[in-house]
Amino acid sequence: MLNKYPLWKTLMVLFIVAFGALYATPNLYGESPAVQVSGLRGVEVDASTLDKIKAELTQGNIDFSNIVLEKGQILARFADTEQQLKARDLLDESLGDKFSVALNLTPNTPDWLASLGGTPMKLGLDLSGGVSFLIEVNMREAVTKAQDAMVGDFRTDLRGEKIRYRSVKQVDNAINIQFRNEESMTAAYSFLKKRYSKYLLTENDDTLVLSVVMTEQRIKEIREYALEQNITIIRNRVNELGVSEPLVQRQGKKHIVIELPGVQDTAKAKEILSATATIDFRLVDTEGDIGSAINGRVPASSILLYERDGTPVLLKKRVMLTGDHIVDAGSSFDEYSRPQVNIDLDSAGGSRMSNVTKNNIGKPMATVFIEYKPTDRKDAEGNTIFEKIEEVISVATIQARLGKSFRITGAGSQAEAHNLALLLRAGALVAPIQIVEERTVGPTLGAENVRLGFEAIMMGFGMVFIFMMVYYRAFGVVANLALGANLVLIIGIMSLIPGATLTLPGMAGIVLTVGMAVDANVLIFERIREEIRAGKSMQQAIHQGYDAAFSTIIDANITTLIAAVILYSIGTGPIKGFAITLSIGILTSMFTAVIGTRMVVNAVWGGKRLDKLPI
Amino acid sequence: MQILHLKETLPFMRYRKAAMIFSLLLMLAAIVSLATNKLSLGLDFTGGTLIEVGFEQAADLKKIRALMDTNGFSDAKVQLYGSSRDVVIRLGQREDVKAEMLGNEILAVLQTGTGQSIDMRRIEFVGASVGDELMEQGGLAMLTALICILMYVAFRFEWRFAVGSVVALFHDVLLTLGLFSILGLEFDLTVLAAILAVIGYSLNDTIVVSDRIRENFRKVREGSPSEIIDISLSQTLSRTFITSITTLLVLAALFFRGGELIHGFATALLFGVFVGTYSSIYVASAVALALGISKESLIPEVIEVEGADQEQMMP
Repeated sequence: MLNKYPLWKTLMVLFIVAFGALYATPNLYGESPAVQVSGLRGVEVDASTLDKIKAELTQGNIDFSNIVLEKGQILARFADTEQQLKARDLLDESLGDKFSVALNLTPNTPDWLASLGGTPMKLGLDLSGGVSFLIEVNMREAVTKAQDAMVGDFRTDLRGEKIRYRSVKQVDNAINIQFRNEESMTAAYSFLKKRYSKYLLTENDDTLVLSVVMTEQRIKEIREYALEQNITIIRNRVNELGVSEPLVQRQGKKHIVIELPGVQDTAKAKEILSATATIDFRLVDTEGDIGSAINGRVPASSILLYERDGTPVLLKKRVMLTGDHIVDAGSSFDEYSRPQVNIDLDSAGGSRMSNVTKNNIGKPMATVFIEYKPTDRKDAEGNTIFEKIEEVISVATIQARLGKSFRITGAGSQAEAHNLALLLRAGALVAPIQIVEERTVGPTLGAENVRLGFEAIMMGFGMVFIFMMVYYRAFGVVANLALGANLVLIIGIMSLIPGATLTLPGMAGIVLTVGMAVDANVLIFERIREEIRAGKSMQQAIHQGYDAAFSTIIDANITTLIAAVILYSIGTGPIKGFAITLSIGILTSMFTAVIGTRMVVNAVWGGKRLDKLPI
Repeated sequence: MQILHLKETLPFMRYRKAAMIFSLLLMLAAIVSLATNKLSLGLDFTGGTLIEVGFEQAADLKKIRALMDTNGFSDAKVQLYGSSRDVVIRLGQREDVKAEMLGNEILAVLQTGTGQSIDMRRIEFVGASVGDELMEQGGLAMLTALICILMYVAFRFEWRFAVGSVVALFHDVLLTLGLFSILGLEFDLTVLAAILAVIGYSLNDTIVVSDRIRENFRKVREGSPSEIIDISLSQTLSRTFITSITTLLVLAALFFRGGELIHGFATALLFGVFVGTYSSIYVASAVALALGISKESLIPEVIEVEGADQEQMMP
């Protein structure tokens, strides 16, 4: 029979809309102020921290509505912001610098909904307030540094092989090695070719110059590495800022996006992000008395530092090796499958290390992580004073004379070895970074944007609603049902996709979809009217109307989708938000406007003998 | 209810020469304005610093300007933004290493200088390299969009339609850019997004029209190409109007209610929808006609599709 949907099709439509509605509901529950506590520098929060926090809050007469430990964080919710702020100050003071205490807004999603994976939409910074930075990694510097290292390496290698050369110089992108005669050049060629697979070598017989350039592959590796290293370091620093839900993400080939929701004091954030970190190696002072050092009697040639867990270590003041000699560090397993950290030094660092360690075999060596952190104090010129923070991150016994490559074993777990490797790389921060873009949105503007966006959606929706009802009567009501379902589906899908954020342009995208979504219905309804005018029966007219409009609707929407996808690929933050809502809106509107309305039309008017249609 | 009730075919194509001249004149005006006035590019593209602050009482712009002058920001542009209490201060590119700290400095200057408590609404800093890159990417995106669409339409329809629709899109984009140039409105990233949305909308319109033209070339036995195009345009006119109305309704909501930040976005789209509707009637169809679209150019497909039609039950 014409215009009847099989039951499964009706059920499918209802199911999809219900599914969308289910995942859209978390947005109705609102949020409550909370304080989030997480561990810093390897410290983990556990049940004892939870008990401590509970005790502190009770003692401080602060009422919390609930407190939980999940995903390595403690989240305490409060009835109002006043209690929240009090709790933050209290906990910040009592927990010390091992934990970060951040203000947070936690969704009040009911448990049953949360267990199904329901979460409210994520709001972009233009709606929630906060700051976003775009950081550029100086890739030229990264490559230049690698080339500097090559020059040193070649010198050492050739000297080691007793191949005589006149000079090794960096010329543009190449390293040119000048020889005295052809034999040495050929010897050097075959030696270097074997040793370095990632370089391209060219001999010039006339000038006796061997020219070495990095392969594209190698340059790409260096860039990737520089980017990754910076992301790791920035992530560590951001965690210390005490921001809930920070985002650190690479963007394109040389940029890093950092989003810090809720942060207003951008000056401090910027200083922390651009702080420098380095590494050095020192011998442990085994002769000095650690006990008296703790009491203030540190030997003149030594210095007292602490490990992360507070263990004091007495070190020689003299630095064995500074971290800028580190070329690479990574973690792996040794022959007994214990985690180890492999360190590669440049040639100068290698010979230095070898000299220092040959007389100190069997003695412990410490790795010190040094960070310069901004303080609240300023010097006479108004520049922020940086505080030098030194921390021992590993103590290991020197087993043999060390050279260019060596390893540290006994670093503990695999995770700790990995972490140590990351920190070691900070010593050789190959590429400096620069903030190239900053966008800060204050909380009032954010709240205003939410209100305006919401009003615009409601107003646009209302006007189209009324128009359609007046113009197409009962069929207009059907189109409006589809429009409502469409809005619910957009919100449901936006809430479900983890990466999707709602921004102000995104809200504009929703408004625009509302206007354009009815187009499919207008096309269908106009076609039905045409068919009726042409003298078809009512059932024929409905059938033909949907049929003929279908391919047009698909074509028209696909082209808009092309534009939206392209927009997504170039856009940043807010614009991406627009592209997302527009794309989702196009897809859902095709579903609701074509299949959804057909279901209702079929159910109400389908298969009956009708003399006219309310269209 | 019905707004348009067409009993007969309107002779659209009779006026295509006049429309063509009209379009060409508008495009020329846009080009001239773009060449002389240029676009007043927003911060996203030029780079620089922008600070928006909210005062408790109506802001005293003179005083703020004087404050900026005395504190070494003589290049600062101070303007009201949306209301008398909102002020936007713009600074150009600076050679300073600490360019990213400018926003915070200005905020401090304002706070101490005016003695009022100031609400920091937003600070934006964009480095020069980012702006240049964006410019390049934006242009590239526009071009990619046009090429992808050209390919899709050529694949689904026929190359004459494809060329027609892309010419129409180019026309729409150029006129929208021209409007921004003539009125001196700020062109930022949201406006670029709006223009891509205009491309989407205008194309939507063009495809609906082209689809009907194709259908009528197959169905209507009699009539010259220009007559068939007239028939198709008349048949779709009512839909064209209604969709434009609903879209304009929501855009009006955005324009009046969406706030200062998406004003440019709404303006570009409002204008774009007008132009897009016009161009799908006159530019796209007229170009396809000028390129010699005819029954014959669509015949091979007819045979293919007629067989497939029988089985089609979708949706």
